Amino acid sequence: MTASSITPFRQAVRRDLLLAARHKTEVITALFFFVIVVNLLPLGIGPDPELLRKIAPGALWIGALLATLLGLQRLFAPDHQDGTLEQMALSPQPFTLLVAGKILAHWLVAGLPVVLIAPLLGLQFDLSGRSLWILVLSLLLGTPILSLIGAVGAALTLGVRGSGVLLSLLILPLYIPALIFGAGAVESDLAGLGAEGHLSLLGALLLVCAVFAPWVTTVALRVALE
Amino acid sequence: MSRSLINWFKFASPATFYPLAGRVIPFFAAAAVLLLGAGLWTGLAVAPTDAQQGEGYRIIFVHVPASWMSMFIYCVMAFWAALGLAFNTRLSGMMMSALAPTGAMFAFLSLWTGSFWGKPMWGAWWVWDARLTSQLILFFLYLGFIALQAAIDDPRRADKAGAILALVGVVNIPIIYFSVQWWNTLHQGASVSMTKAPSMAHVMLLGMLLMAFGFWAYTITMALMRVRCIILERELTSEWVKRNAME
Amino acid sequence: MLAVSHLTCQRGERVLFQDLSFDLPDRQWLQIAGTNGAGKTSLLRILAGLSEPATGSVAWNGVPVRANRSAYHADLLYLGHQGALKEELTPLENLTLGLGMEGFATTAPAVRDALTRFGLSGRERLPVRYLSAGQRRRVLLCRLRLRPARLWILDEPYTALDVHAAAVLTEHLESHLAQGGSVLLTSHQSLSLAPGMCITL
Repeated sequence: MTASSITPFRQAVRRDLLLAARHKTEVITALFFFVIVVNLLPLGIGPDPELLRKIAPGALWIGALLATLLGLQRLFAPDHQDGTLEQMALSPQPFTLLVAGKILAHWLVAGLPVVLIAPLLGLQFDLSGRSLWILVLSLLLGTPILSLIGAVGAALTLGVRGSGVLLSLLILPLYIPALIFGAGAVESDLAGLGAEGHLSLLGALLLVCAVFAPWVTTVALRVALE
Repeated sequence: MSRSLINWFKFASPATFYPLAGRVIPFFAAAAVLLLGAGLWTGLAVAPTDAQQGEGYRIIFVHVPASWMSMFIYCVMAFWAALGLAFNTRLSGMMMSALAPTGAMFAFLSLWTGSFWGKPMWGAWWVWDARLTSQLILFFLYLGFIALQAAIDDPRRADKAGAILALVGVVNIPIIYFSVQWWNTLHQGASVSMTKAPSMAHVMLLGMLLMAFGFWAYTITMALMRVRCIILERELTSEWVKRNAME
Repeated sequence: MLAVSHLTCQRGERVLFQDLSFDLPDRQWLQIAGTNGAGKTSLLRILAGLSEPATGSVAWNGVPVRANRSAYHADLLYLGHQGALKEELTPLENLTLGLGMEGFATTAPAVRDALTRFGLSGRERLPVRYLSAGQRRRVLLCRLRLRPARLWILDEPYTALDVHAAAVLTEHLESHLAQGGSVLLTSHQSLSLAPGMCITL
């Protein structure tokens, strides 16, 4: 990445962050959705601390998964409707770079708050200090994967009828590895097995997604724009 | 070299492919009936009863080939997807859409028979065995593909979007399988494996292979029949379809 | 120079236009006329490189557009009939960020100057949501001043403009042509420009 191409990337991120700042309620709603979904589980399952500690990683991770899915529908749709996406495709700067900027902005708005609030919810599930750290670390590595893979789905379903439900159907199966490694990291730490293996696999997955997902998303967006 | 290329692209044109497919369908259909008949007879009548599992094991003659086919068909779809994106051939997209329902059917068949087999073996209709779970995810991938293609009205876009999804899926399948395996070992899942039947006899292997080839022939038959329908649907206004309809 | 050869565009089963060829040299402008639904926007989108024609090719300065997208897009300013304006952002933010994503740095004074030129002074910090259709259109036209490009492709640029704004736009078109640029536009009006070419679809 040369210095000249960093600027458009940064502008793309800035633009989406600015838009999110003008839509604060949407961001906060997604975060509350995460909090409520995770809090419903003890109510449905029972307050036994032993049991809660056991389901905590899965519960928090599935909550994070669903919360990301909420924002994904609006990742490209408004830009598609008002023609911004067309202008981005016509930019002399690489389209992939701008798309990558949008994905990063999505993570900053939808993923990062989830990571930051997760330890608080972990406490409700009786997780101890060390496991909380692993949880945060796994979400920190995992939520960008959710944004990256999700962007591919959002691009594929752009402007298609029933795109919201369709997006979940396409994307959720692809989220499974991230879910397994992410929740597994916390679980194996709880079991005293050490989380390094899971976390490094999650990191590898993140790298692969970071390299390929923006590119595939761009191809899918060009198809949608045609 | 260039001459053979031209020949291939000639077959890739729907107008040429349509009658060709029509001519070969009966052969594959006959092969499917013969192979499946022989396979079922070998599996149900000739193969010996298993010492541990009794007669119940015989469901593997459907289950295992169906699992193979469901995996294989997804790979074939990904192959057509790559071809379609690289050369922009119309037939590739049609082949993908024609194969998907059969692939989904085999994935479902594999799950269903797996569940039937699991009841006597594990005492439960569903066990979170790594293979069964992966098969379930594959089934979801098929459903996603079919749903995406059905939701897009413009056939050209449906083909391209479907092709991208198929390629993303085929890259993800090994990762998903690996992660599910990993998850399974962490949770100490069921230890009885379906394909590791103790000392597989030659007859059993033969039965399974016959079934697998039968399923193959069946898949080709179905895919060609479906692709003929798709060709007619999409080329309804073109000259050659009108000429055919007149005949 | 933009060279278009043997373009055919098909939407579904309908052929919109067939075997369309023309050249657009520097300092020239070309109007594309046609009834609603004749394929004017489809043609512009193909010329901009947004969609692929069924057959034919578009070349910019002798190089096929498909072969060197970024060089072509550096020279191209495309104004679609969708605004690419964000209602939540102000005209100032819309223009600065939009140009930033295209790799052009602008200063706030330059943007303000452009907005003033199109009669939008005092509205720089008002979210676009509060602007009228004509005012939004004028915000978009500010791009003509701020983004250097040799080829302008404009889809219905005169829509929703009042007499004064239309005159300013015509001035801009004239000076762009005088500076060696070329313009390709669709419009239902007859334009008060020096004679140009016209294609009817």
